[in-house]
Order: sequence, then C-alpha cells, then structure tokens
Amino acid sequence: MEAIQFDPEICNQCETVDCLMKCQYIDFRDVAEAKTEKLKINAGEHSRVLDECLTCYACQEYCPYDNNPFYLLVERQEQLGLLPAPRPIVAEQLKMMGPRGRIQKETVSTPVVNMCAFPMLTGCVRGTLFDGASVIVGTDIFCNIMWLHFAKNSAIKERVPQMIDNIMTYYLKDAGVEEMICFHDECYGTYTSVAPAYGIEVPFKPVHLFDYINHRLDELADRITPLNVKIAYQRPCSNRLIPQTDLVLDEIFEKIGADRVPRKYDRENTLCCGGVPRAQQRDNLADELVANNIRDMQAVGASYCVFNCPFCMATLGQEAAENGLMPILVSDLVQMALGE
Amino acid sequence: MTEVIKRLKAIVGDRFVSAEPEERYLYSMDQGTMPPAEPDMVVMPGSTEEVSEIMRLANEYQVPVVPMGGGLVLSGLTRALKGGMILDMKRMNRITEVNPKSRYAVVEGGTSQGMLQAYLKKHHPELKHSMPDAPPIATLAGNVCIHGSGHLSVLGGFHSDMLTGMEVVLPTGEIVRTGSCSVSADWFGKAPLPDLSGLFMGWSGTTGIVTRLGIKLFPNYRHNDLLIFVTEDPRDMPDVIARLTSTQVAEDMTPWMTPKPEWARGFMHINIAYGAHSKEELTFKRNLLQISVKDYIDNKSGGFLPMPPPQKGRFMQLPSPDLARFADVRKGGGFEYVGAIMAIEHFPEAYQAGVRIAEKHDVSYSMGARIVGAGHAMMFFYAYAFNRADPEDMARAQHALEETNSAALDMGGIPWKAELPAQQKIIEKMAPETFALMNRIRHTLDPNHIMNPGNWERA
Amino acid sequence: MKHEEILHRCFRCGYCKLPSNYTDINCPAYQAFRFETYSPGGRMWLLRAWLNNEISNSRRFSEIMFSCATCGNCVEQCAFPNFKDLLLEAFAAGKEAFLDAGQVPAPVRDYLTKVQLHGNPYGKPGKKRPEWAADLDIPVYSDQDHLFFVDDVGAFDTRGQEIARSVAKMLQQAGISFGIGSGEEVSDGNDVHEMGETPLFEELAGKNIEAFNQKGVQKIITLSPHSLHAIKNYYPALGGNYQTAHYTQILAFSLGSLKFQSNGNNQRITFHDPCYLGRRNWDYQSPRMLLKALPDVHVLEMDRNQKNAFCCGGGGGNFFTDLLSAEADSPGRVRVREAAQTGAEILAVACPLCAGMLEDAVKVESLEGRLQVREITEIMAEYL
Repeated sequence: MEAIQFDPEICNQCETVDCLMKCQYIDFRDVAEAKTEKLKINAGEHSRVLDECLTCYACQEYCPYDNNPFYLLVERQEQLGLLPAPRPIVAEQLKMMGPRGRIQKETVSTPVVNMCAFPMLTGCVRGTLFDGASVIVGTDIFCNIMWLHFAKNSAIKERVPQMIDNIMTYYLKDAGVEEMICFHDECYGTYTSVAPAYGIEVPFKPVHLFDYINHRLDELADRITPLNVKIAYQRPCSNRLIPQTDLVLDEIFEKIGADRVPRKYDRENTLCCGGVPRAQQRDNLADELVANNIRDMQAVGASYCVFNCPFCMATLGQEAAENGLMPILVSDLVQMALGE
Repeated sequence: MTEVIKRLKAIVGDRFVSAEPEERYLYSMDQGTMPPAEPDMVVMPGSTEEVSEIMRLANEYQVPVVPMGGGLVLSGLTRALKGGMILDMKRMNRITEVNPKSRYAVVEGGTSQGMLQAYLKKHHPELKHSMPDAPPIATLAGNVCIHGSGHLSVLGGFHSDMLTGMEVVLPTGEIVRTGSCSVSADWFGKAPLPDLSGLFMGWSGTTGIVTRLGIKLFPNYRHNDLLIFVTEDPRDMPDVIARLTSTQVAEDMTPWMTPKPEWARGFMHINIAYGAHSKEELTFKRNLLQISVKDYIDNKSGGFLPMPPPQKGRFMQLPSPDLARFADVRKGGGFEYVGAIMAIEHFPEAYQAGVRIAEKHDVSYSMGARIVGAGHAMMFFYAYAFNRADPEDMARAQHALEETNSAALDMGGIPWKAELPAQQKIIEKMAPETFALMNRIRHTLDPNHIMNPGNWERA
Repeated sequence: MKHEEILHRCFRCGYCKLPSNYTDINCPAYQAFRFETYSPGGRMWLLRAWLNNEISNSRRFSEIMFSCATCGNCVEQCAFPNFKDLLLEAFAAGKEAFLDAGQVPAPVRDYLTKVQLHGNPYGKPGKKRPEWAADLDIPVYSDQDHLFFVDDVGAFDTRGQEIARSVAKMLQQAGISFGIGSGEEVSDGNDVHEMGETPLFEELAGKNIEAFNQKGVQKIITLSPHSLHAIKNYYPALGGNYQTAHYTQILAFSLGSLKFQSNGNNQRITFHDPCYLGRRNWDYQSPRMLLKALPDVHVLEMDRNQKNAFCCGGGGGNFFTDLLSAEADSPGRVRVREAAQTGAEILAVACPLCAGMLEDAVKVESLEGRLQVREITEIMAEYL
C-alpha cells in the first residue's frame, strides 16, 4: 500500500502552521509550540495533538499547500495505536459498516446517484430534480471515509478499492456509465481527495450533488419559485476536503431564493455538529457544540437549518426543530423551490 | 362435567363459558415448547364474586382450576395438566383507583400492562408504572405473580417488590386481602403487617387467584434518554454494572448479547435508561453515569455507543415489539427463554454457558439480562427461537432450554417462571424443609388440591 | 389453503388485539367474545390446527372465522412486518375453505344466497336500485364526469337511502358532474370478497365492470367505503380500471365551491373513521377536512382514532350477518360509549354501514338524548 501523499519539506518550511494554529479545538501558546507539535507528528512521534484531535477535517482545508496534514495525522494515530474512541466502539462500527457481500448486479442508467450506506434516504431521489435517476446504495458501496474519525485509515485503504470495484462491476461497467453522482460530501471527498492522497485509482468520474443540482436548476429555471427564506447552513466536516463545492452551493441557494445568512460558524469557521465527539466519549464538548451551533443559527434569524450530511442532521435536527428551526436537506429544500 | 358447565354458565353467563373444541385446543398450550394439555373448559369471570363462586363450585366437583392472565408466560404454566378449567381473567380489566400522591394504582386481575400505561398517559401523565418487556396485552397480576421485572426495575426492584397489596380468592373461595388494604381503605403497601402476599407470588397459580392488586407508580419524566455501553469482555460486566448502578440514576439497565446481526456478535451491550424533569438534570445524570465507568473509557476497553437522537427512539419504545419479532428469526413463530435470576458476579460464566449451549444445540439465540435493584440481582435470559412447524427444531430448542436450566442452577441461579422440568430441578436443589413447608401451606390453602395441579410437585 | 405458510409464523403476541396506544381492545370479534380463539392470533393457530387435522371445521369454528370484521386493526398492529400484510388474505382463504367444505354460519349462507340470486342481500330486483334517488333530479349516467355508485345499503336500506340522498345533494351543491346507475349494476361484492366467496365476487364484479364499461365510465364516486375498496383494489385485476374515490374525498377537493355559514349551534362532533376508508385505504383526513371546514364546529377525537379507530362491527359482512352482536360487549355499543365519553353531541360517520350499526347501538345504550349519529353531509347541509 502506498504511503499518503505528504511532503515533509513543504511542512518543515511552513511558517504559519495554519493547520494547527487555526484549529478551533486545540489551543497553542504560539506558532513555535504548534510547530514543535507538528514536527513531532511528521516524525512519527507522540504529540498531544494526536490525543486531542476532534477529527473535524478542518486542517485539510487550512493547509495552504494542500499537503494533507489531516490524513497524515490519522495515519500517525493508527501507527501509534492512539484510538480516538474506545476499542469496542471502533471494532463494532467496523463490523457494522463492513461489506455484506449481498450486492447484486443492477441495470442502471444515467444519472446514477450513489446514496452510500443510507438506504433510509433513497426516497430523497425523486421528482423532476432526479428525473430518471438510478439509485445505488448499501454497505457494499460504502465510501468508508468515516474511519478518518477512528484512526482506521487501514480500513480505508483496504475497503475503498473494494467498494470502487463493486461500483464498477455491479453497476457502472456493464451500463457503460462513466459518471456517478455522490449524494453525500463524504463520497465525493473519498473519490476526489482521499483516493488520490492514498494512491487509490478511481475509474469513474465522481460528480458532486451540488454540481448536479446546480446544472439541473439551469434546466428547470422556469419551474423555480424563489423561496425567499433565511437559512443557516451546517457545513459538514467532509466538505473541508472539497471546499470548491461549497461555492457551488452558494449558486444553488441563490437560484432558489434561499438566503444563506452569514453566521459565525459557517465557511472556514464551521463548527462540528457534535456527532463525532460523542463517539470519542466527549459528550460535554458535543453538548457545547450543539448548543453553540443552534444559538448561532438562531442569532442570525434563520428559519431553516439546512444540511447536506445526514449524520449532521441526525445529530442536530431534533434540537434545531425544538428551537424553531426547520431541519431540511439541501435536496429537499431545492425540491420545495421546484414546487415538489 | 355437563353439570359443572351448566352451573358455570349460571355464574358468569352463557357467553363466557366454553367447552368447545376450539377453545379447548387453543388454551391447551402457549407459545413455548411445552407439550399441550387440554382443559375441559374455559371460563371468563367478570368479578371477584364470580371467581369466588367458581372456586366453591370447583371444590364441590373437585375440578382443577388454572388461572391465566395474558397467557404469555411461554413456559407452559397455564396449561391444564390435570384437565379442569382455565380461568381466563382478561374480562376483569378495570382500573379501580389511582392515588397520585402516594403513587399507586389498583387494578383488577386481568388488567393489561398496555391498558394501565394508556390510562396513566391520559389521566396522570406525571406517573408511570414499570412495564415488562412482554407484549402490552400481558397482565399486571400475571407478571407480579411470577416475580416479573421491567423498565423501572433498577429503581424499584422486581415487580413483586412494587406490589402494595392484593385481593385474592383462595382455592376454597374465600376473598382475602393482603397488605394495607386489609386494614385500611388505602392500598399504600405491604408494611407493617405479616406479608401474606408472599403466599401468592412465585407459586405458579397453585395457591389462589389474584382478582385485584395495588402496584407502585413512579414519576414520569418529561425528558428521557438512553445510553448504550459496549465492551468486548464479559469479565468486565459485573464491575461495569456495579459502577453504573452505584450512581442511582438509571431506571432500567438491560445488557444484551446477540449473534445476529453479525456485527453485534461478541459484543456486550448495556442499555441504560434514565429520565429527568429538565434537560440540565438529564445531562447531569448522563455525566454521573459516564464518570462511573471513566476507567474503562480512559483505557479504551469500553465506552458508550454514539447515537444521534433519532436512533434512540427504537430502544426507548415500551414495550418493544422487536422482542416479539425474535419469534420470526427462524420464520417459525416461536421462542422460549430461560430467565435465570442470579447474582450479578456470575455474568461472565452465564454468558459463556449460553454461547456453549446454543452452539451445541445449533439454536438461534439471543442473550441478555435485566438488572434488578441497585445491582442486587439480575434476570439473565437465554432466548431460543424455533420453527413451530418443525418438530425437530422445537425439540432442539427444548433440549437447549433444559440444559440451560441446569447450567443456571449449577452456577447458583434459579430459573424464573420455571417450566415443569425446571420446577423439578429447583425442587431437587431446594432445602427439603422449605419444600415441606411449601406443601404444608399449599395443603392448608387448597385442601382438595385443585389449584393448577401438577405444578410445584415432586414427579 | 392460500397463505397457509404464514399461519405457524404467528407468535400470538397479541399486538393485534390492541390499538397502538393500547387504550382498549381494538379487535371487534375479540372485544365481543373475549376468548383467545376470536383474536387474530387465535384464528391463525386454529386454521393451522385444522389443516393439520388437530381440530375439525365445526359450526363454532366457522363463527369464529366469519365474525372477523376485516377492519384491518391486526394488519396495522401486527409486530411481524414480514407477513402482516397477508393476515386478512389468510383469513379470507380460511373462510373460502370453510365455504368449500359447506361449513358456514346460517346468516352467512343466507346472505350469500340472496346476493347470488338477486345481486343484493335485500332480495330486491335490480331495477329498484335507483329508487333511492326517485325524488331527486339526478341523471342516469351518460357522459357526466363521474358515476356515483351506491352500494346495497344505500340503495335498499331506508336509512342508507337517506344518506345516499344527502350525499348526492351535497355533490350537486359542490357542482360535481355525476350520474347514477340505472339498475344494471349489482352489489359491489366487497363483503362477499372478504367472506372468501371468490367465484361470487368475481361474478358480481364482472357484472359491474360490464355495466360500467358499457357506459364508458372512467371515474367513480362511491357512497360506501366498502365499494371504494373493492372497485379500487380488487376490480383492476378483473379488468375494471377506474379512477375511484370516496365521496368525502371528492368533497374535500371541492371545499372551495361550498360556502358554509355559522348556524350558531357550536356543535361538538367526534368522527368515527370507517375502516375501509381509513385503515384499509389510508385516508384519515378527507372527512376531517369537511368537518373542520364548518364554522364554530369543535371536532373532538376519541382515544381510538384514525389508524387506531375501533370498528363499528359491521365489516366483513357482519352488518348483514350480525355474528358480532354480543350484548354490552358488541363493538357498536363499545364504540358509541367511547364517542359519548368525548363529550360530543354528534357522532359523525362517512359510511352507511357504520351509520346503521352505530345508530342501533345508540338506541340500545339509551344515549339518544346525548349522542346523535349523523352522516357527514347531513351535518354539512346545516351550514350551507
């Protein structure tokens, strides 16, 4: 297995250490301290960062050199046996999300929408927006990016090629389909960021949901009734791997008349939804993250709390609803504007 | 028998007596593995007085009487082993009193768990009672009489501990009361009188018929939550349970271990349910629970499953139909379990015995436990599913059950609501003087030996 | 027997006996007779025992089978998702087997014989079917948008005729274009179907389909939810494909054409969901929309409503066979007591069978002074 693409030279010469200095969850006295910790990580030594990391993926986005600081960090966590979550939690999740081998060949046609391991959300692929779409779903095509939260990139290296093979063999190859729409940021992040960083070949063209929707909205322009609503967006951690897609989302919101109200915890300053820290047994921190997110959304007068990540929605949705914010997925919001 | 049926009809009305083959067939068995034993008739009384008259009649003709509640015991305790009549109590389902200040309810002997739950939800939303895991048509009286347990058992012990008093028709027809209601109009508890309720609990219907009972109610919290602790080592379980119960925060704690779905195989889970009046209190209680097992979290050998709120609902449903669904594991409509009441330190050997027996007999199994009291005991269950249409499969389950009963007794546990063969095994282990006392009491109460005969007897 | 492979999979856990909120027994036959044998699980196990030659097909057994009101509570509540949808079909198959064996309760036999001979259980000639509309100005269906199909009760029962007239007038008021049959049609066959008499059902459905097709009918409004069920769900397999709706559904869509005014009564109304509109066809809202559109009306819900509604006891042919009459425990009587407990003065119904069952029950329970059973359009008419 190839090593992660990481250039220690670039890192050593970095003067700002943005990857750590911008971290919202770990404090450093000064750049020098951050640099020291970073060098320890690079050298494969223990650093407190490896223990304290929330695995929010943000440093991937903060690094001005695209030098994969987060992937390296996870690699080191695993090498040093520093599991962010208890062993049985990780072990059980690994089994739970493992391939079942129940996949069967299906005839698909474009657009092929990958719903990853979320069968309960396949109903989202409906209406004019997804006209004629084929849906593929299940743990046999699970993107497996979640292991970045659990210091298990060995699982990523082992399983992602298998998943890619499944997607090709069971769906895309026979149909001659070359593109696959990733409903979730996780999948798109896996195939466009994780895979190249880990040297995994991706034989199809991943298309982000936002790109697909944005394009469809141009085709369906005459059907749009602007919503004229203020929305708060909860940007998911995996979008940190693919920040260019966040700009596409802005275009979508503009087209459907959704005002993405600037809030403190959006864009580069996105705050974790609070889901992953619970796995790390840091519930008090998770409570704080949930409360801060909700307070922030309320403060800007949003009426909808918009998600693209189902896990963020599961984590924050109920609390949002109890506080007068309607939780909704991006695709559902778009469908509202299309009158569906 | 014709005369008995005629007189029974005069007591309860024509519609509520049947000696027809359909009722005799269906009431000859329950959902478990015990072979059928057919009653001569089924009777559905509507009042305590009718029950009393029936008992006098039964004595006159020396006809056996088997009282039955929901009929969901699974271990065949409501079969008419010596013929006679089954007394289906479910017509007597009135809730006669709820005392919100002293927190008890008084219900008739056929009142179902579900009905009391619904009644409280509507009329006393600030109160709840402890629901067993049985389906909602199960009766309160039946469950109390078998020393059942439920979702408030960490808080309040066995359901028999939650009993505050009883109205019982004795085998000879007298109507007696036990507990405070024998002296006072209030049904607040068993103290300070001699505890005569014990004459009727754990006896498998061989000492009398409970026609009314008082049961403790508990605060119903506005905010409720659930944690699931996971570890891979059964040897950790007694200590983990002791730590979690030491917080005195949980209402219910139910370990579960299952080989299906495959991902769960080999992991020990403990569902911990708790509630609070405010969100702050709920968080405080959660923290207490989490801190109690901090050592395990710090050394990464155990921890709490991350579960977003929507995923918790399924685990918090009371009762959960998922448990009944276990009957369809082999597409065969059946399961039975050994629920062994035992000391908590036996958890690891109890678990290992279950795996060993299930593998030996090739049965679909699920294991678990309910912690009772603040870590005072547990009901450790071994559930085996079987296909009702496949006699060999049923026999396999039966053998597994028998062997499990022996294993439980060997490790110092006692099979709960024991089937006939298990009763025999318990009697063999029981101090002879104790069994002799049981027989003396039974003879005094039931001189004609008509109450559920065949049970609690030496073969 | 069809579906015999599911019989042994029933665990008899008893969820089927209750509504999802567990308030009270929700299986009409079990409520009436209280023996386990009359519960859905009891039927499952008895049928299996019969197929295994452990019991025989007695008179009582056939009463147990035919007293099922086919209300669908068991399907709704059953804990076993893998076969719950087949429960009523298995019972129908069981009844069919009893019919084949000639072992049926006398009232069932009489009902089926009359339907066989006359096309309706009242023994009336078909040409008298449209008489309920004699004093109304309703055309016989030719090229109107809808055919208004009136079931046996609406056509021949005195109270049913009143309801049919009231509904027809309201449809006219709402500007719905419709005509009625001229007597070629016969019983919708729904209850015959639920009784397992498949050949007779197919004969009845065949006659109706022929009559409908000859007239070029495409859209049907039914008076009875039972007709709705049969025409919508069973006729397509026999070649009858129509856009079928219950009258409450048509009226709910036409609310804009109806102008209601307060009549100062401030009525408290509770609504009884008909099983064949609600649980069997998942519409709980249309009738409620009609009631809620009336000014100053307070709609009160019974503990058991919508998917938890308790059947009046008239389904599965029991309206005609009366196998469920069981003194104070009969479903109709239990239901009107529950309605009275809400404090409502009116028990609104949307099915001529429910109307008949519940009106009788109100009388027997001596609730006339407190509770009136009214069909929904009869109430609506007072607000126009």
